[in-house]
Amino acid sequence: MRLEYFQLIDRIAEIDVDARTVTVEADVPSESTIFEGHFPGYPLMPGVLLIEAMAQTSGWLLIAALNFERMPFLAAVKEAKMRRFISPGEKLTIRARLLHEGSGYAMTDVAIEAGGKTTCNATLTFSHVPFPNAELRSHMEAMAQKIGFPLEAMRHG
Amino acid sequence: MSTTFDQVANIIAETCDIPRDTITPESHAIDDLGIDSLDFLDIAFAIDKAFGIKLPLEKWTQEVNDGKATTEQYFVLKNLSARIDELVAAKGA
Repeated sequence: MRLEYFQLIDRIAEIDVDARTVTVEADVPSESTIFEGHFPGYPLMPGVLLIEAMAQTSGWLLIAALNFERMPFLAAVKEAKMRRFISPGEKLTIRARLLHEGSGYAMTDVAIEAGGKTTCNATLTFSHVPFPNAELRSHMEAMAQKIGFPLEAMRHG
Repeated sequence: MSTTFDQVANIIAETCDIPRDTITPESHAIDDLGIDSLDFLDIAFAIDKAFGIKLPLEKWTQEVNDGKATTEQYFVLKNLSARIDELVAAKGA
């Protein structure tokens, strides 16, 4: 995770478009300027960043389901629960499942596990549109390469 | 057996916390009931699930934006119900 750059996913462990599921891994950094403010003397991963990590995990699943032709944007967060604190240095496993793919929108169920237990979960809604410009698409392709998204496999069907 | 309109009205009442008796076939989801595009996604989700269809929201929105259709054609509930019936019939054809 590079919290300051909103890069919250480190690796895609498994993605199954047919089963509509994805599992990713994310390592919470030991140090970050975020922890200097949240909170002084008691560093914790902010809940909003955990929600963002769940959104990004879902986003990669949606990008795969949409053949890397459209970009999902977070539109609603429901039933988000932060069940325990997440501290610097923890290793997270995040699993998302596509709940529904509608016309121009989608919903996912997603959960974060740490230490073998579910620590956060939410139901998320996304709107998705064709990539708005080449720069964003190029950035997403570079990120895909970095985190092990099976871009080539998708290109070759 | 409840009509398509009844099912849609019940979904809207439950999803958006709107009194059921204020929802009529002539109600415009946006102009009369005040449902915004984000709330309508929840309604679309419930309708998709209930009827086993996929409301073509993107196509409808594009048609309205292009001036090829009016919002009344899709978002007045009697018309929305008719579109749902058409989609259900097309699925079964």
